[in-house]
Amino acid sequence: MQATLTLLLDGLVYASYLFIVSVGLTIVFGVMKILNVAHGGFYAWGAYAAAYSIGVAAQLGLPDWFGLILIGVSSMCVGLIFGYLIERLILRRLYQHEEVIILLATFGLFLVLEDLILLVFGVNPYFAYQPMVYLGSVELGGIFRDVYSLSLLGLACLVAFVCWYILNRTKWGKILGTVIYDREISLAIGINVTTVYVWTFIIGATLGALGGAYISPTISVAPGISIDVIVLSFAVVVIGGMGSIPGALIGAVMVGMLRALAVHQFPELELFVVFAVMAIVLMIRPEGLFAPAKVRRI
Amino acid sequence: MIVKTLSSDHTIGWVVASFTTLAIVGLFLPNWVLNGTMFGLARGLAVLGLLLLWRTGLISFGHALYFGIGAYAVALLEKYTGVSDIFLRLAAALIAASVVGFILGFVLRNYRGIFFAMLSLAFSMVLYGVLIKSEALGSTDGFSVSQTTILGWQPETKYPLFLMIILIGALAAVGVHVYFRSALGHLTTAVRDNEIRVEYLGYSVARAIHLKYVFSAALTGTAGGLFAMALGQVDPDSMVNWTVSGELVFISVLSGPGSVAAPFIGAVAFEFLRTFAFELAPHAWQLIVGGTLLGIIFFLPRGLWSLMEHVLMRKERRRG
Amino acid sequence: MDNASSILRVRDLNKSFAGIVAAKNINTDIKPGEVVGIIGANGAGKTVFVNMITGYLKPSSGSIEFAGRNITGIEPRDATHIGVCRSFQISQVFMSMTVMNNLLVAISLANHDTRSLLRPLNSMRRVRECEQVMERYKLSDYRDQVAGTLAQGVRKLLDIAMAVVSKPKLLLLDEPTSGVSVDEKFDLMDIVVNALREQGTAVLFVEHDMDIVQRYVDRIMAFYQGEIICDAPPELALRDSKVIEYVLGPGHAIQLVGDRLEESRHA
Repeated sequence: MQATLTLLLDGLVYASYLFIVSVGLTIVFGVMKILNVAHGGFYAWGAYAAAYSIGVAAQLGLPDWFGLILIGVSSMCVGLIFGYLIERLILRRLYQHEEVIILLATFGLFLVLEDLILLVFGVNPYFAYQPMVYLGSVELGGIFRDVYSLSLLGLACLVAFVCWYILNRTKWGKILGTVIYDREISLAIGINVTTVYVWTFIIGATLGALGGAYISPTISVAPGISIDVIVLSFAVVVIGGMGSIPGALIGAVMVGMLRALAVHQFPELELFVVFAVMAIVLMIRPEGLFAPAKVRRI
Repeated sequence: MIVKTLSSDHTIGWVVASFTTLAIVGLFLPNWVLNGTMFGLARGLAVLGLLLLWRTGLISFGHALYFGIGAYAVALLEKYTGVSDIFLRLAAALIAASVVGFILGFVLRNYRGIFFAMLSLAFSMVLYGVLIKSEALGSTDGFSVSQTTILGWQPETKYPLFLMIILIGALAAVGVHVYFRSALGHLTTAVRDNEIRVEYLGYSVARAIHLKYVFSAALTGTAGGLFAMALGQVDPDSMVNWTVSGELVFISVLSGPGSVAAPFIGAVAFEFLRTFAFELAPHAWQLIVGGTLLGIIFFLPRGLWSLMEHVLMRKERRRG
Repeated sequence: MDNASSILRVRDLNKSFAGIVAAKNINTDIKPGEVVGIIGANGAGKTVFVNMITGYLKPSSGSIEFAGRNITGIEPRDATHIGVCRSFQISQVFMSMTVMNNLLVAISLANHDTRSLLRPLNSMRRVRECEQVMERYKLSDYRDQVAGTLAQGVRKLLDIAMAVVSKPKLLLLDEPTSGVSVDEKFDLMDIVVNALREQGTAVLFVEHDMDIVQRYVDRIMAFYQGEIICDAPPELALRDSKVIEYVLGPGHAIQLVGDRLEESRHA
């Protein structure tokens, strides 16, 4: 019983984390048809920005809860600055290229973002445990978990709800739906596709950064943290269906659960199982398990 | 067109000339340059494999799979049988990669574009996932690979291995060049341009792609084997992880699809670009590499080789 | 042609997509070397018919027999192998390759010999054959031009030339003159039909321009809603009341004017 609960909890926490990181990736793909490797760079930047600012806040003697605000602020800053600059200066010039070439360009951007981190923050790891300490821990059916990790679940639900709400209940959602459905028609009926693209990319980048920022108190923030994450979130997005938000949710739960199961029962299969599932899904349903009909994504 | 006939007519001559020059120059090179060149040429061979697919319009984001299989075939052969002979090692690398390529080819030949890239990535990450967790396969540290022997002879220096690498590189370049000139080779471009027409001309597109995929796997696998021998070590992170696949694709873009010589030039250039970048700015070499990749995509979409084509074109014009 | 029996025999061919009937009880016979025009409004089932014969679509029921062999539901490339080739409404050529290389690839695939595929594309024998084809199809002037930069009419010729290098016994041309300017149409058809008659290839071609149909065909098959409503020599078919009503249009008083209208409606 306890083992099952541990498994379930670990799986869900990990799934929440994966969802937050992957949802930005899938939004950008759904709207802009870009498979963005640089998403890993946003993740790493979010983590560093949060860890650094939390460290500074602690030095200034600010209370520990302040770190939670900093996590939000730093991911927004990262998303806004990098998202805007990259879309405006680089991606915009590449839209007429093949999608694989754009994929390569984002790989180049990923490398650049990785090293900018080293140049700005140095090579030593950062620890920003204050928010985690502040929230303390809790006992659930005999197992102890820190509240901070559990709060990931809440954050994931919040992100999922906000995405659903915006897409289905607002004018913005309708505009986005139209752009996804047909870019040409959107242009013809007077939708400013350029603006939609910039904001989509900024939001995608912010979500990537939020993933990194939120996880930063629980890890040591060191060079190369995004290498594994980006490829895992690719798996999540591919399994669920590229460009589908519910797909990302289901993909994240599947990968999170599989990994938790593997870690507890067959540790040597931890990564293998994720990518094996990704390969199998691509073989059976290349458009992803839960992607809706081809035309309308998201 | 002029450039194409011009360069194709002379490619074999050029390859032989470069081989001879390298063989002689290699005798006088300091060790670090010799090593760098070996790494570069081995990677170049892997990129030649990618070039085969690229001409068909396919970009594999998981060719580290074959690079890793080649490298691990060499290491495991030694671990379990003690064999260190270069020919047996190469045979192991080539066969292992070809067999896996042949099997996966049945699946991959049905995919194009981003799905081909992603499925290749997934397959390579499956291998990576196995390697880093398996003690029997060396886990994250990998194994060391002992010095390569040649038919029982244990060379004192690295030069003989260097000679073998340039020999194999040259043979592969000539082979691929002859292949590209053949009718079968022209099917690469034909398939990329128009699959429907190829089918209606009576040839199976799936078969054409499968064939190229196996060739490509074999070349990249051999390259992985050579790389392991040159480095004296194998490990998952520098040979199988997705970043390695990215690096190989990067070198293909850097080199351009223009010629079979381009991957080798591009790969050696990349090796030294990285070495110097590492010397000058240890924390910014990826920045330089990534920036170069973007620059190439923006300004030189046909790679470094297109600079060469300009030179050839001008020469031709002056003559004509 | 001593064999007067039919080379293509189609029996009770039906095709429906999700309840929509695209071909209904099609029966026909084509003799060797015969030139047949297929006419009908858009959506009448002409292209579906062509696609079923060349294996692009599998019929729902019925049979197609070619040279005494059942080829129902065959793969396109196998159809090519046994001598059924086709050209396309939108030219399907290798856009980044030169005219010569396009034809050389077609020639090298035409003799189905794996070993010859390993020889250089521009081997002497192939080049010689290619030059003959270019001569016959008036493509010699464009030899080194990249296919993507050709004018529509020339690209169409290339498309057809690529389909015939394997010397098929039956060639299906799907709107060979669509997208070709009015003054080029007859030149194009002259080149193609003369070359094919010389070769003894039976030709089935889909066409909207009645002037072209009248001038080149031995026989007309008129399609309406997936059915053949008339199968007769041109002089009879074009006067057939059903053909006038469903294909040429009821306003078909003066034939020439009517044809032009018809054409512009389908352009």
